[in-house]
Amino acid sequence: MKVLVAVKRVADANVKVRAKADGTDVDLNNVKMAINPFCEIAVEEAVRLKESGVAEEVVAVSIGDKSCQEQIRTSLALGADRGIQVETDANLQPLAIAKLLKAVIDRESPDLIILGKQSIDSDNNQTGQMLAALAGLAQGTFASEVVLEDGHARVTREVDGGLQTLNLKLPAVVTTDLRLNEPRYASLPNIMKAKKKPMDVLTPEELGVDVASKLTMVKVEPPAERSAGIIVESVEQLVDKLKNEAKVIS
Amino acid sequence: MDFRLSEEQEMLVATVRRFVDEEIMPHEEMVERTDQVPPELRQHILQKSVEAGLCAAGMPVELGGGGLDSMGLVLMYRELGRANMALQYAVPRPSNILQACVGEQREKYLYPCITGEKIDCLAMTEPDAGSDVRSMNCRAERNGDNWVINGTKHFISHAELSDFVILFAATGVDQTARGPRKRITSFLIDMDAPGLVRRDGYHSVSHRGYHNNILEFTDCVVPHSQVLGDVDKGFDVANDWLGATRLEVAASCLGRCDRALELAAEYAAQRRQFNQTIGSFQGVSFKLADMEVQRRAAELLLYDAAMKDVEGRMTDMDAAIAKLYCTEALAFISDEALQIHGGMGLMSDLPLERIWRDHRVERIWEGTSEVQRLIISRSILRPLEQGN
Ligand SMILES: Cc1cc2nc3c(=O)[nH]c(=O)nc-3n(C[C@H](O)[C@H](O)[C@H](O)COP(=O)(O)OP(=O)(O)OC[C@H]3O[C@@H](n4cnc5c(N)ncnc54)[C@H](O)[C@@H]3O)c2cc1C
Repeated sequence: MKVLVAVKRVADANVKVRAKADGTDVDLNNVKMAINPFCEIAVEEAVRLKESGVAEEVVAVSIGDKSCQEQIRTSLALGADRGIQVETDANLQPLAIAKLLKAVIDRESPDLIILGKQSIDSDNNQTGQMLAALAGLAQGTFASEVVLEDGHARVTREVDGGLQTLNLKLPAVVTTDLRLNEPRYASLPNIMKAKKKPMDVLTPEELGVDVASKLTMVKVEPPAERSAGIIVESVEQLVDKLKNEAKVIS
Repeated sequence: MDFRLSEEQEMLVATVRRFVDEEIMPHEEMVERTDQVPPELRQHILQKSVEAGLCAAGMPVELGGGGLDSMGLVLMYRELGRANMALQYAVPRPSNILQACVGEQREKYLYPCITGEKIDCLAMTEPDAGSDVRSMNCRAERNGDNWVINGTKHFISHAELSDFVILFAATGVDQTARGPRKRITSFLIDMDAPGLVRRDGYHSVSHRGYHNNILEFTDCVVPHSQVLGDVDKGFDVANDWLGATRLEVAASCLGRCDRALELAAEYAAQRRQFNQTIGSFQGVSFKLADMEVQRRAAELLLYDAAMKDVEGRMTDMDAAIAKLYCTEALAFISDEALQIHGGMGLMSDLPLERIWRDHRVERIWEGTSEVQRLIISRSILRPLEQGN
């Protein structure tokens, strides 16, 4: 069984990001980049499937310019077997990513595709769902548990009302939630081995996908700074202010 | 010249950083307070370090180690260096010199150290022989197939945890034009060898939880097979294998420079006095600038030495410069970071107090700052003095 995981390069979760001075984008100059935490959980899940003998091969895919090879290498160091980079400088939206991943799936025919439920940069939470629709595959999003048995994936999902369990026919698309697992460290021997693992580079043209975006980013600006609060002296004063100043109650 | 890290090196740094943040930092305060690392915790960190492949990271892969070169080790020790020394030491780092083990010595000492089952310590220093280590009084006398050892070593780090000691003892004297010169031999001696007594050492201001011991040898008899390297060639073995240890000290100091500077910058940007952040006073901000300059210089000198070592062309002077500069940069940076914190910097509630205390030993062990300067100045002058 083959598992394909998609990994995205994002600003490290511990970095405080800023908008560029001209408001055209987030300033990623000299910012520490890392694998999207949800994608890291996806890699971990795939590697565990391999370690438990359920999966034979784990393929990590990333889409972006050359720098995203770093995140593929990290995935290889976590235990993935080989990498695929789809090389493009284009500013990609979830739909373009989903189309590219669909094209990769057509080539690779994996039995299970695991993605993060969203990436911590744009927080779209769309790619997995779009991919499943485009590929005509079953989907289990926000997974907190995945069990594979005879051609099916039993996926426990974290939904608003509690937990929902789905039985998906393979091949299927799963997106990870935080509680699915706790990713390991890339161990020193695996880091050393990562360089020797194969990594293919494809282009959107080779995959026959038009990645032109239908969306234009108009402006990026930081959230308004919060002004200092005040301490009110009584409940009456609070209610008065909420009514007459903030106008949030009537 | 390009000091950009490779992908592997970046991943190594990320792994060690996370290891330190998750496995070591949470226990720091407890160790600082109690001066002890509980054995279960030590075992737990050891286990985690085996899983992460960080156990004996500097030993060659063929021997079961991590196979890191000097540059990789420097990066690893820089990250480990951010944390408390006693806890860091739960990640096994057997002395390189054990690679000089041959035959059965490998089974008995080298391999178990690489797997973390055994711990070594190394004893050169004596009450009357510190910097002038060759003047040591501890002696070993040949008696048939055995050696009989007598003498005292002190300041021996983590001997309380060790299963055996790599001992340096005098095995003779040569008369030279510059006076008598002792011949030194290195031995592997089990801690439970009859005639070896391990006593508590002194309490140091630096590195709580990381202790030193006094080792007393009284007619301690060991078989000839315990000689490490060749008889009378102890310092050759040491020179072959221990030069890079100075880079490890330098690297862990650089890691603490990173942490001290980070803390100081955050504090300067937040602490307000006279209606403004203290960082907006030039008196404070220029401190940060000078600290950063020293940190960068330390990094460059250290990476330069490490890269030369990888290529097999590091000189004694290169290692001495890196050790001297990084340890003294930490002295400056930790002191200024403390100053920026004002009174709070002195309190053990913040990590700065510890970084400041801990830095002190770094200018003394692995050769004092003066001894490093001696090495550097000799390297400069010796070629000029020849023939005079
Ligand atoms: C916490 C701790 C742990 C240690 N762990 C170990 C260990 O595990 N194994 C081990 O063998 N040793 C260990 N040491 C010993 C350490 O290496 C010595 O302390 C160091 O070599 C200095 O020796 P000394 O303390 O006797 O000082 P001394 O040599 O007496 O020096 C005193 C002063 O004189 C200066 N001085 C000496 N000679 C010269 C010179 N030629 N020119 C200019 N100045 C000079 C020194 O720089 C220093 O300032 C440890 C020490 C400490 C403090």
